[in-house]
Amino acid sequence: MTLSLRELSVSFRDPSGCALPALGPISFDVKEQEFVCVVGPTGCGKSTLIRVLAGLLPASSGAALCEGALIDRPMNQFAIMFQDANLMPWRTVLDNIALPLEIAGVSRSSRYETVRALLPQLHLEGFESAYPAALSGGMEQRVALGRVLVQQPRVVLLDEPFGALDALTRENLGRLLLRLRQRYTQTIVMVTHDINEAVLLADRVIVMSRGPGRLVADVSVDLPRPRTHDMIYHQAFLTLTKRIRASIDDLSA
Amino acid sequence: MGAGSTLRRISPFLTIACLLLLWQWISARGIISHILVPPPTDVYQAFTDSLADGALLKHTLVTLEEMFFGLLLGVGIGLAIGYAIAKAPILENILSPVIVAFQSTPIVAYAPLLVIWFGSGIASKIVTTAVIVFFPTLVNTIVGLRSVSPNLRDLMRSLKAGRWQIFRHLEAPSALPVILAGLKTSTTLAVIGAVVGEFVSQGSGLGYLVTSARNLYDTPLVVVAVFTMTAISLSLYGIVAYVEWRFLVWQRRSSA
Repeated sequence: MTLSLRELSVSFRDPSGCALPALGPISFDVKEQEFVCVVGPTGCGKSTLIRVLAGLLPASSGAALCEGALIDRPMNQFAIMFQDANLMPWRTVLDNIALPLEIAGVSRSSRYETVRALLPQLHLEGFESAYPAALSGGMEQRVALGRVLVQQPRVVLLDEPFGALDALTRENLGRLLLRLRQRYTQTIVMVTHDINEAVLLADRVIVMSRGPGRLVADVSVDLPRPRTHDMIYHQAFLTLTKRIRASIDDLSA
Repeated sequence: MGAGSTLRRISPFLTIACLLLLWQWISARGIISHILVPPPTDVYQAFTDSLADGALLKHTLVTLEEMFFGLLLGVGIGLAIGYAIAKAPILENILSPVIVAFQSTPIVAYAPLLVIWFGSGIASKIVTTAVIVFFPTLVNTIVGLRSVSPNLRDLMRSLKAGRWQIFRHLEAPSALPVILAGLKTSTTLAVIGAVVGEFVSQGSGLGYLVTSARNLYDTPLVVVAVFTMTAISLSLYGIVAYVEWRFLVWQRRSSA
């Protein structure tokens, strides 16, 4: 599915009623099956952008479109992953991943079958009946990722999904995402503040300025696929990250 | 298990045993009149007597019945209004004068009014119990529902969950721990409600047993009735604690 932002802007109201611009106006398109990473400093409205695309927040002006249709509520075939794993503490791993299927009315036996088939890819075998309290941060995010995959979405929105994890766990999850990318082909928009992560994963990196967020650079990542984590040492990779870094530095200058 | 933890386990029972011994010693030495403080042996005698003639069981069942329906009514209404207030905060502004007034007036003071309105039968005692149980249920329901994570609400919205699904899969399980904590308070309050009702309008029940035994200077029987109330209170608390343990598996500390 294709996505497009048309002069999209969002502002919030402070308690005295003044408008606080949070995002935009910003315009860009995401092609079918494209993986776009949005990077930018904290407070540039990245999460706001994801929330608008998810249909959880209305645009103040302009519009977000999917296949040309206005996104004004949560859309079909969209799945979102939050910065916080956002698991239900009273549900086991199995039931957390199965939640979207349960909401959709899939029978217990068939949703468990689907989830069990998914567990090996997520390295979660043997943890079916564990509760989130017993999981590490990385495992929690893998469960959250499972909850996205089980929906078989055509558009995936990732809001700094690895933001709260340590560097090594981030890398592992990045690798997992790369492997999954070979198997699944969705349109993906991922927000991150990690330039390396963005370049390694994405087909295109969009750089945003600080509040209200505007587009300052749109960089195509022409690294070959399948990608491996070793590419971070390649010259092409370094050139790209330097370019992106420079466009961010220009902002603060 | 070391000797220290065994001691810790049995120490509550040791406390009770010591108090009983002290009590027996005081009354045996005649330090305080037996009419004021009957010795444990007399109380035990009164207990077996009242058990044998069926009086204790009869009055206990009456009190339990009042408590049961009182809890059902009070907790039911508390849950319903609590849910409504959590969903529509304007209701809090509308209802708070009545609720706060009810809560800040001692129930003993207006229990006679309830008897005038609902008669001297079981109805007035049920209402007294319901009123006293209502407030903690209400507060805990509101607090529980308001503690639902906004991120999980977003997740449910993005999954296009309906109202009922949001309630069943998100709101109810999030609020349950807080509501059960409130229910623990409510069950102990229910004993107070029922007994206050029985004090005000005579007839039957453990509260009635206390007053009638006191009028006959049958102090051992008064003590028996009071201990029965304690037992009811503790058992109900235990039942709710068990339900908590059984249903909130995910909150149990993992022990490896």
